[in-house]
Amino acid sequence: MICSQTLQLLHFMRFWKYSTPQNFYPAAKKIAAVFFVLAICFGIPGLYVGFFVAPTDHQQGEAYRIIFIHVPAAWMSMFIYVVMAFWAAVGLILNTRLSSMLAQALAPTGALMTFLALWTGAFWGRPTWGTWWVWDARLTSELVLLFLYVGFMALRASIEDPRRADKASAILAIVGVVNVPIIYFSVKWWNTLHQGASVSLTKAPSMASDMLLGMLLMALSFWMYSIAVSMLRVRKIIRDRERNSGWLNN
Amino acid sequence: MDWGSLQNFIDMGGYGLYVWGSYLVTLLAIAIETFSLREP
Repeated sequence: MICSQTLQLLHFMRFWKYSTPQNFYPAAKKIAAVFFVLAICFGIPGLYVGFFVAPTDHQQGEAYRIIFIHVPAAWMSMFIYVVMAFWAAVGLILNTRLSSMLAQALAPTGALMTFLALWTGAFWGRPTWGTWWVWDARLTSELVLLFLYVGFMALRASIEDPRRADKASAILAIVGVVNVPIIYFSVKWWNTLHQGASVSLTKAPSMASDMLLGMLLMALSFWMYSIAVSMLRVRKIIRDRERNSGWLNN
Repeated sequence: MDWGSLQNFIDMGGYGLYVWGSYLVTLLAIAIETFSLREP
């Protein structure tokens, strides 16, 4: 009953109209504009809290301030992968072009977030752990995530026909999704150098509230940014893939 | 959080290389990504 009500609501919102590249194209530009503004609206207070409100850490001094980039990037790296795999699966199952285009658009941003999580993690680890890298479960599985993103993009690039590329890369994306819960639970399932969860859905955060606030604001900023950038990229993809369909003013 | 001086802020309690090495690379990455998607 809730499902049919949702479908009715989506119908009245003319939601399904946007499932074609031609109709989604102008909407994506508006969405991008709004979400860039939101990214800034969260990012500026986030950085302010991170550098001018959150206090020095007793154990790590100022080095911990990397957290305001590292955790948002890591969260986005995982979240974008799941969203990418979702749209790839929708495209594979329903044979919808735009769904696959959206998966294609998300991959580079997801890869970038993964790279930033690894880079900032290394720069945080060097002064605090004494090492840039360790092959523990969290770091290794995040590195695997980067390989999955790059593999997704490389597989696409290696197949000439875009629709075949959509289908093949969708399989890779879907199979790779198992890595995301592995990354998430790695600190619980294995002995890791990487610390355990300070923030979870089931218990109170074990972090100073100003630090938590900064982290959450930056996480929201990264999320808004990821959406904005993905909307611009899907427009680029639509321009490329639909260039012969007549509605684009070439 | 009172840093006292700009020099202290840049120094980040001795961790400046690591903190700014993280933030500047992130800024650079975001700049490259957004500029690469500018529309004609």
